Amino acid sequence: MPTLIRWTGQAAVAAEDPFTAVADEDFVPRGDVIVSLQRFQNEGQRLLAEGRKVGVRIEPNEQVEELAESLQRIALVALAFPKFLTGIAYSSARILRERYRYQGEIRAVGDVLREQARFMVRCGFDTFQPADGSTPDEWGHVVGRFRHVYQRAADGREPAFEERRA
Amino acid sequence: MYRYDTIDKEMLADRVAEFREQCRRRLSGELTEDQFKRLRLMNGLYLQLHAYMLRIAIPYGALTSAQLRKLGYIVRTYDKGYGHFTTRTNIQLHWIKLKVAPDILAHLAEVGMHAIQTSGNDIRNITADPHAGVNADEVDDPRIWAEAMRQWSTFHPEFSFLPRKFKIAVTASPSDRAATKVYDIGLRLHRNDAGELGFEVLVGGGLGRTPYLGPTIRQHLPVRHLLSYLQAILRVYNRYGRRDNIWKARIKVLVASLGAEGFAREVEAEWESSDKAAVDLPDEELARIRAAFAPRDFETLPARSAAFEAAKADPAFARFARHNVKPHKIPGYAIVDVSLKKPGETPGDCSGEQMELIADLGERYSQDEIRVSYEQNLILPHVKLDDLPAVHKALGALGLDTPNRGLITDIIACPGLDYCALANARAIPIAQAIALKFADPAKAELVGELGIRISGCINACGHHHVGAIGILGVDKKGEEFYQVTLGGSPEAEASLGQVLGPALPANRVADAIDQMVEVYLRERQGGERFLDTFRRTGLAPFKEAVYADAH
Repeated sequence: MPTLIRWTGQAAVAAEDPFTAVADEDFVPRGDVIVSLQRFQNEGQRLLAEGRKVGVRIEPNEQVEELAESLQRIALVALAFPKFLTGIAYSSARILRERYRYQGEIRAVGDVLREQARFMVRCGFDTFQPADGSTPDEWGHVVGRFRHVYQRAADGREPAFEERRA
Repeated sequence: MYRYDTIDKEMLADRVAEFREQCRRRLSGELTEDQFKRLRLMNGLYLQLHAYMLRIAIPYGALTSAQLRKLGYIVRTYDKGYGHFTTRTNIQLHWIKLKVAPDILAHLAEVGMHAIQTSGNDIRNITADPHAGVNADEVDDPRIWAEAMRQWSTFHPEFSFLPRKFKIAVTASPSDRAATKVYDIGLRLHRNDAGELGFEVLVGGGLGRTPYLGPTIRQHLPVRHLLSYLQAILRVYNRYGRRDNIWKARIKVLVASLGAEGFAREVEAEWESSDKAAVDLPDEELARIRAAFAPRDFETLPARSAAFEAAKADPAFARFARHNVKPHKIPGYAIVDVSLKKPGETPGDCSGEQMELIADLGERYSQDEIRVSYEQNLILPHVKLDDLPAVHKALGALGLDTPNRGLITDIIACPGLDYCALANARAIPIAQAIALKFADPAKAELVGELGIRISGCINACGHHHVGAIGILGVDKKGEEFYQVTLGGSPEAEASLGQVLGPALPANRVADAIDQMVEVYLRERQGGERFLDTFRRTGLAPFKEAVYADAH
């Protein structure tokens, strides 16, 4: 069972993961599931009708705009980092939070490393499956390392130019 | 000059602490070199052929005397006594030990300097016209906007893992001294017919393997929307730029594939659906930054200085005045170019003692300001005409009075294979050989304005594509060869050079330059520069002269 870390807004804590990530070729088990975009488009109505929570995994070549109509019913969007350098998901997360006002969980999956944590939190990710064995403490340390930020993002932190106004 | 406030300083302190911890984890073996690589590359620390190289940012090329003096201290304490100013107005230290790198960052932070985003696929150091604030013809001070962009781009959460590195340059003067047409984003400040300040936005210029001049995607962006518009451009790039092939990952490839109009439509659509007010700086913050660059207290001086005119009786000073002294917008003042291109030396290299001398001169004679130009020279921007003889004499004491700004010996060169792990060939010895051929200042002056630019590989750090003469190092079966291009220019009417012919072996390059200069001197009409003559005659006479032996 991979570790799941949740950022609460103040701290990073270990979290239970009620979701099962389901590969396209596998049968959908009972309970809460995360499926691919394509599978969601084909089977989403049925899966949701079964009264479970459904999450959708978005790959870098897929656009979050495709989920626009369904976001109210989706409990989780998993944004994939095939390599840590593939930074498309940072934009996807901000669009979900800031343009669509998405309130559900945004999860970072794939090559998710501690040094990316503060960027991910700022862009609106709230759960993480670290690929480097990071503990919640280590994760929280990195997220909280910088006292200031220079720009607004999805985390609501006050940027330097607002701090200066005070 | 912008001075870092408490917030800016705490940002740097947090960065130093972070990097110190990362280095400790590497030195203790907790991190492998491979794991450490992705961390150090976000701190401007490269592993080169012989040692670590630290690239220090000099935002918009502006330094105070205290900052330059600190750089001098650092190169004397932690390196071999010199540093290398680059075509991105940064400075590189080529002989760094890992265990002292955090200490260097701590020293830099004391004077408001850092190595943030001098590497990695992020928004790099913002460059600006080195004559900003001094130009008579500028419509605004581009440093205000460069500083706004520096802050906005620092640790940007969305744009720290772009498809590739990303470079922005800004100018506010019709004579483009920031090479905005060859940048990922070039910004040209101007006023529209209604007198309002705005940016002409150029996107997708760049050199490297596939050179492009950036097309304009918006003629007039109101200045207050700069950051939200940049966010839109960067977001389109981050989402749709190619990541499958490093050679096709720069934004220029995306712009070329969508076409300038298609790309502009994507940007405008993204911009219109974004919350501009959340991104753009409030007026108070812009006013705060603007105040930091407020015009200096200049004395009221006569436009003509008797001391300056009298000193021209000395031919060496007169030559220096002709080439390295430029008009200042305030009467009685001048801009002084300090050449780091003494023939035989490495272009852009500066010793710790030289840095300290220039820092002293900046403090005493130039209102505590020094600028770095992308041509790898330094500038004292506010020198009184009366003080020019004293400044010239002081510079001469450490070999900094070479009167060659813009001349054939003012060669731009990347570090090349002497240092860089990416290079195919050496650049420095080629520059030295050419400069020594024209070491006689009278000969260099006779040839006049001629920009030679040398890159040791296709990454084009030496901007060879936009040299009137460009030289590119290539590897042919393990031997260094050099491809020559003619007719490039980085100025407002920018152009890319054309290939002269087959690449030349190293020992032929300086002679070939000599032969081409002879052609130019023979063919030139009136006041034509080398570039003008080339544009009129084309390649043929130059090609004939260089390859005559081959026929």
